[in-house]
Amino acid sequence: MADLVNLTIDGKPVQAPPGTLVIDAAKRAGIEVPAFCYYEGLSLQAACRMCLVEVEKMPKLMTSCTLPVAEGMVVRTETPTVAAARKSMLEFLLANHPLDCPVCDKGGECELQDMTFRYGAGESRFSENKVHKPEKQWSPVVFYDMPRCILCYRCVRICNEGMGVNALGIVNRGVVSEIAPNKQDHLECDECGMCIDICPVGALTSGAYRYHTRPWEMEHVGTICAHCADGCKTTLGVRNNQIIRGNNRDRSGINDEFLCVKGRYAFDFYNHPERLQSPLLKVDGKLEPVSWSQAIETVAKKFQQVREAGGKFAVVGSNHTSNEEDFYLQKFGRQVLGTGNIDHHRTGDVPALLDALSGKTGKLAVSADLYQRKAVLVVGADLALEHPFLSFQIRANYRHHQAHVYVVTPRPVREDAVAAVSLRDACADVFGPLESLRAKLAAEPELVIVFGDVVKGEAVRRLVDFGESLGIPVKYVALVDYSNSRGAVDMGLLPDAGGLALPEMLAAGDLDAFWVVGANPLKAGELRSRSAFVVVQDMFLTETARAADVVLPAACAYEKNGTVTNVCGEVQKLKKALGTMGTKPDLEIIGLIAREMGAAPVMGPWTAEKVFDEIRRSVRGYDIPVPVVAAGGAAQTMPVNGRIPLDGRPDLIRSARDSLFTSGTLGRYSKVLNSVVESRNNR
Amino acid sequence: MLYNEPSPHEVKVLTRRFGLENSASLDTYLATDGFKAFKKALEMTPEQIIEEVKISNLRGRGGAGFPAGLKWSFVPRNSPKPKYIVVNADESEPGTCKDRLLMENDPHQLIEGVLIAGLAVDAHAGYIYIRGEYRYLIEIMDRAIAEAYSCGYLGKNILGSNFHFDLYTHTGAGAYECGEESALLESLEGKRGVPRIRPPFPAVVGAFQCPTVLNNVETYCAVPAIIRDGGAAFAALGVPKAGGTKLTCLSGHINKPGVYELPLGFPVMKMIEEVGGGIRGGKKLKAFIPGGSSCPVLTAEECQDLTMDYDAMARKKTMLGSGGVVIMDEDTCMVRAALRIMRFYAHESCGWCIPCREGTTWIRKLLQRFHDGMGQRSDIALIGDLAKNMFGRTFCPLGDAAAMPTMSIVEKFYHEFEDHLDGKPCPYEKARQLVMA
Ligand SMILES: Cc1cc2nc3c(=O)[nH]c(=O)nc-3n(C[C@H](O)[C@H](O)[C@H](O)COP(=O)(O)O)c2cc1C
Ligand code: SF4
Ligand code: SF4
Ligand code: SF4
Ligand code: SF4
Ligand code: FES
Repeated sequence: MADLVNLTIDGKPVQAPPGTLVIDAAKRAGIEVPAFCYYEGLSLQAACRMCLVEVEKMPKLMTSCTLPVAEGMVVRTETPTVAAARKSMLEFLLANHPLDCPVCDKGGECELQDMTFRYGAGESRFSENKVHKPEKQWSPVVFYDMPRCILCYRCVRICNEGMGVNALGIVNRGVVSEIAPNKQDHLECDECGMCIDICPVGALTSGAYRYHTRPWEMEHVGTICAHCADGCKTTLGVRNNQIIRGNNRDRSGINDEFLCVKGRYAFDFYNHPERLQSPLLKVDGKLEPVSWSQAIETVAKKFQQVREAGGKFAVVGSNHTSNEEDFYLQKFGRQVLGTGNIDHHRTGDVPALLDALSGKTGKLAVSADLYQRKAVLVVGADLALEHPFLSFQIRANYRHHQAHVYVVTPRPVREDAVAAVSLRDACADVFGPLESLRAKLAAEPELVIVFGDVVKGEAVRRLVDFGESLGIPVKYVALVDYSNSRGAVDMGLLPDAGGLALPEMLAAGDLDAFWVVGANPLKAGELRSRSAFVVVQDMFLTETARAADVVLPAACAYEKNGTVTNVCGEVQKLKKALGTMGTKPDLEIIGLIAREMGAAPVMGPWTAEKVFDEIRRSVRGYDIPVPVVAAGGAAQTMPVNGRIPLDGRPDLIRSARDSLFTSGTLGRYSKVLNSVVESRNNR
Repeated sequence: MLYNEPSPHEVKVLTRRFGLENSASLDTYLATDGFKAFKKALEMTPEQIIEEVKISNLRGRGGAGFPAGLKWSFVPRNSPKPKYIVVNADESEPGTCKDRLLMENDPHQLIEGVLIAGLAVDAHAGYIYIRGEYRYLIEIMDRAIAEAYSCGYLGKNILGSNFHFDLYTHTGAGAYECGEESALLESLEGKRGVPRIRPPFPAVVGAFQCPTVLNNVETYCAVPAIIRDGGAAFAALGVPKAGGTKLTCLSGHINKPGVYELPLGFPVMKMIEEVGGGIRGGKKLKAFIPGGSSCPVLTAEECQDLTMDYDAMARKKTMLGSGGVVIMDEDTCMVRAALRIMRFYAHESCGWCIPCREGTTWIRKLLQRFHDGMGQRSDIALIGDLAKNMFGRTFCPLGDAAAMPTMSIVEKFYHEFEDHLDGKPCPYEKARQLVMA
């Protein structure tokens, strides 16, 4: 450890590494110095002057957000002079502030309110006319109310430095300065809402949340985003069985405060008018609503008939359902229906990676590694569009630790801006470009390799051989698409040896029963087995559901408990935020079918906790600490020993290449994703 | 072109070529000792040049009065980065109009000063950041620079010395704040003109993140004389700790407004009476601004026995500043003067930090209401209080510059505020308008 600097803050002896800012040193000593413009991790502004402190031997009050600690420094953070200075700053701020707290979204969690409460300045000495400008809407999700803005520039910085988008700037000067969007009167950006989230006051508000409720009237449920595989924690604000907002202000998840447009706003598929709320049964070629008991009975009876007749089943699982549901489904398929024809839409070659790394420990990166490791290599993925959180981590790593970033992609990507080297692999052969990077990579102290679906099958082994030959510690991430794509693989939603893979199921022609849980294989494909009995569990009447004999309305990820595994193998807990009338979680649906078929003794109870116990006992790598997950944390799966069975079908692996504004079926039914202009501009 | 008759009290060092025919041409410059100092400097080591400037006691003429030689010595000599010379020609301090004359009448003197600074810190490029409103000066400077290039005083291998130097003009876009050194650098780099966090100072991290010497036009213009005639000779012209002459801009209620080159330490009353020809209309002096609108205002009594130099002004709790002297006679309404000054700062505040952004406009509105006869007694204290709350707490000195004159006027002319109370019309109704920016 480098020599620590000794100083005194409010009489407390404090030690801090050289270069630490006084405001941070104070925080670590349990002393909070108020700040509006200072924001850990973003560039310094020294604009708000709230963090002024007294420092012995310095004639003026100093901004603790820009002052590095020095040996023997004596700092006082709460003297009468300091308090008076802060009160005067607040008085200046409030002079032109509209004080519409009673209707402002931020009321109750506003930093300006908190500070005014702490330092006074509640009575105004200002009797002139205030500067006023009308509120502006910059996009369906971002609104700006200039009079409330205290010009702390947090929004500008998070967008530029954090998101790498740089959509916000400042126009005019003096008291009429204001924040402005990149397209003059509107925004074209990631629509991530990070700017809104970070705004200390109610100047930036979100289209989803504004004027709907007050923070204290909501219940806050921390769960995992239902969209991409990065597995961000999102805290849903729920009132009257409605989700009103998503954020991660308590920074409790792996994603700290990060959320992209999907995690923050695209929860709104759950109450789409086309949401299925009753089981449907095909009668005379038409789907008619029936009761749950009738629907379950129909399915159980038919499954039983097919089983007894020795007929042919095929089961398709989901990229979005929980680990428990995936496990339960494949178990049901294998043990009750007696079939090995089980698959899902595979989006990344995780098995090949696990196999190539089998027997080695410390080789699978967690999302934090992308922020901490000294070098990152991105192969064949546009992370900013496909894995927004991983992309954010890499930018932050570059900003805070000057990480070396290497990029090998077919097209320009946002990571180019922070990359030491960017190569375009026009011919889709990544190994040529990789070899040319060999010397540079080998000179790094450590590396994380993130690769997309262009690297699959044998190429994964080749990539691992390449990484292991560099002679430095290397970790890997095999990218997959959706919130539980990784879990689907781990839980075994893959065919047995000799079993049918998804395209073969569609092409078979002799299926007797086709069971699809949370997937839409008929969107692009066709089922040749015209006479097969088709059961679909879904939230919406997808192309596949339309072809079903029985449709069972499923609960979404925000409506159930369970666990999901993210792209890095981090297992996290889903927490039920609300319920939608008429729907049931897939786990319960499967359980009901099992009971109806008399298979309950084989299947066991269908509570998420019980199934998770079984997963821990029987799924390789999942013997993870329960308390970590139960407490809302993330526990990475364990490395695997021994070969992983590979079916040698890398051709089946294909990322859907969802962009920031699409998300498979969920995206089709999200109002927000369809309303932003970028969803029309995007690829 | 000259705008006023010279005064016999002047000591013409920087203005020695003013009034010569074609004074801006390189021919005239060369015929009158031009580039002699540069040739001499070519024979000197950088340390010797800096030492000579230190001996001269030359202090920055842009307002803060920081010793120029000392500033130059802060440039890290062993830095592998290129170094830059930046000329602050943004001259926007109300009451100040001297840099324009130096550039208009003797642009080559500035070029020579910049070249010597370049030698002193091993810089090979310079920028002259010229106030946008000085359009015609940009043309004059560009012409002079082109002339210097064509005659081998700029560019590669200057005078066969192996020393190369490129000089550019850069146009300001109409913001007082862009005269503040770090905001100037941001603006020079093409960004919004807001100040930077310091430290690091420009000498270490300046233009394009490289070590940079940044001085006022007048500061550079003094350098050729210092090198040519020696630092000691220059120092001897002024007072201890402040060498040489200062271009003083007399404006306001005075008979002979204009720019005069006076030795530092020149008595204030003598300046008003003899150089400026006394107060217009035989009126009495009421208030005195020594160096631009940012300085605390002095009363007539405070001006007796006062001399024009940095330390004497500091003893009176004001500043020599940029040399923009404003004379206000007995008919001046000081509330209105305060308002006029605050209107300027409210308009020019860049808006970066809270106290200046909000404070200047608030005080401006208060003063306006007060002057309109709608003030209350409590407003007087409020005005002073708000200024105090700004003072020393802003991000850059503009906030102080706005607070200081206000505080001094409230303190020293309190009774004039009282005279505006109770809806009384301004008692100085017949007062002439201030001749100020
Ligand atoms: C708000 C503000 C405006 C300024 N404007 C000017 C200016 O127009 N010209 C100038 O030379 N210095 C100006 N200064 C001073 C510069 O910041 C800087 O101190 C000066 O240019 C340094 O040169 P000097 O040491 O030669 O004086 C200003 C300072 C402030 C705070
Ligand atoms: S929504 Fe995100 S990308 Fe858009 S302006 Fe705000 S921070 Fe930037
Ligand atoms: S909009 Fe919010 S975050 Fe942005 S500058 Fe204003 S107060 Fe700060
Ligand atoms: S990055 Fe992925 S997991 Fe995170 S909020 Fe966005 S869609 Fe959800
Ligand atoms: S004091 Fe603050 S607002 Fe005023 S000009 Fe300086 S930085 Fe801008
Ligand atoms: S927190 Fe230090 S100035 Fe804003």
